[in-house]
Amino acid sequence: MHRLDGRALLVRFTLAERWVHHLTALLMLACLATAFMLYIPAFATTAGHREIIKPVHIYCGLLLPVPTLLGLVSRAFRRDLGALNRFGPHDARWLRSGRRRAVVDGRGVVPVGKFNAGQKLNAAFTAGAALVMFGTGAMLTWPDPWRTGATFVHDWLFLAIVVVTLGHLWEALRDPGALRGMATGRVTRSWAARHHAAWSDAPDAPGGSGADGGSGGRRVRGGRRRTS
Amino acid sequence: MKGMDEERGAPVGRRIVLGMLGLGAAGVAVGSSLQRGVTRAFSPVNGIGDVLPAVGGFRFYSVVGTVRTPRDLRVQVDGLVGRPRGYSPAELAAMPQTRVRRDFQCVTGWRVPHVEWSGVALPDLLDAADVSPRARAVRFHSFDGTYTESLTLDQARRRDVLVATAMQGKPVSHDHGGPVRLFVAPMYGYKSLKWLGRIELTETVHPGYWENLGYDVDAWVGRSNGRDDAPT
Repeated sequence: MHRLDGRALLVRFTLAERWVHHLTALLMLACLATAFMLYIPAFATTAGHREIIKPVHIYCGLLLPVPTLLGLVSRAFRRDLGALNRFGPHDARWLRSGRRRAVVDGRGVVPVGKFNAGQKLNAAFTAGAALVMFGTGAMLTWPDPWRTGATFVHDWLFLAIVVVTLGHLWEALRDPGALRGMATGRVTRSWAARHHAAWSDAPDAPGGSGADGGSGGRRVRGGRRRTS
Repeated sequence: MKGMDEERGAPVGRRIVLGMLGLGAAGVAVGSSLQRGVTRAFSPVNGIGDVLPAVGGFRFYSVVGTVRTPRDLRVQVDGLVGRPRGYSPAELAAMPQTRVRRDFQCVTGWRVPHVEWSGVALPDLLDAADVSPRARAVRFHSFDGTYTESLTLDQARRRDVLVATAMQGKPVSHDHGGPVRLFVAPMYGYKSLKWLGRIELTETVHPGYWENLGYDVDAWVGRSNGRDDAPT
């Protein structure tokens, strides 16, 4: 076990990865804010101005997949997608365990890779939900019964998205280290060891997944590690 | 390949995305009948429908900013009439009342079952105003300053067209278009103008707000706007 300076910084997200996140977040929040003003009666009658709010909602929805598609030119982002997609044995353990956040001697007990299982589920749900909302939103211009069917899915999935997005914000806002990682791209080694133990051992491993493949012995020491 | 998959883990993320796409498609296919079931289960429209339209409540398409009710609102009846006058909501509520209980059908597909409205039947108000023989249509103005609607005089003389001051036995709330709104029972919801401020007798039908955006002027439920809903 290497004992390095806990304040040393690891690169967690490149500029491209952060821009994909920030633009997607901005578009998603704009979709949700305009959705409240179009759909929830109290907000709809207070805000009014449907002829302005409706096109904002539609264009933000149409643009929602664009940052992800543009992000595909980034190798780091493609590696993130791969890491988010794959669930290893420790992901099941992380989900089931009541001690998923347990830390012993400054290190997370579960060998979490770059993303924990909750983050993977959030990413998969958000991607699936965005695609379904995109499709059903486009179908709202179709004749019935398609329109009523699409309205049904758009209405109820909206509620699920609100819940999951609030959960995502809740988890992020109570973890300054994670916030800093997404804001600046860098995290301290001690934060990484506590929350993403396997990744902190090998932040540059293929797939950015550290021990996601169960081969935690791989230690890549690249030029990406910086000290403050 | 198997060994490699084991090393990289199962592609659960992709399965979730594909599963959601499948569920979404299935939801669209059966959504229309599922929504009818949900709407029936929560009928009649109640508190939760005012928070969450998905349970079968009204949806609000407000085309201007916040609408403020004028102090001392008087609903004017004027234009081609012999006796123009204004009515306060209290005066309307004190006149002989007509009660109508119908489904409320929106041209965008949602339908609120069994909504009870009461108020003054429009023909009673027209009779009191002494309509000129030149009048062929009635134009309605919302005090929101933007929204208008029209009916032919024949349509306006139906007994199921109300100047409504009560909904479900209570005064019509602001969000539902109160204190006074129009209710045109046999037509799509956009004909039932909210926040009624003026009833003007005219020589011709003037297309209203939504009709200028392409909706039918004669908006019979099930026989207009390319829709085949059950008549209300």
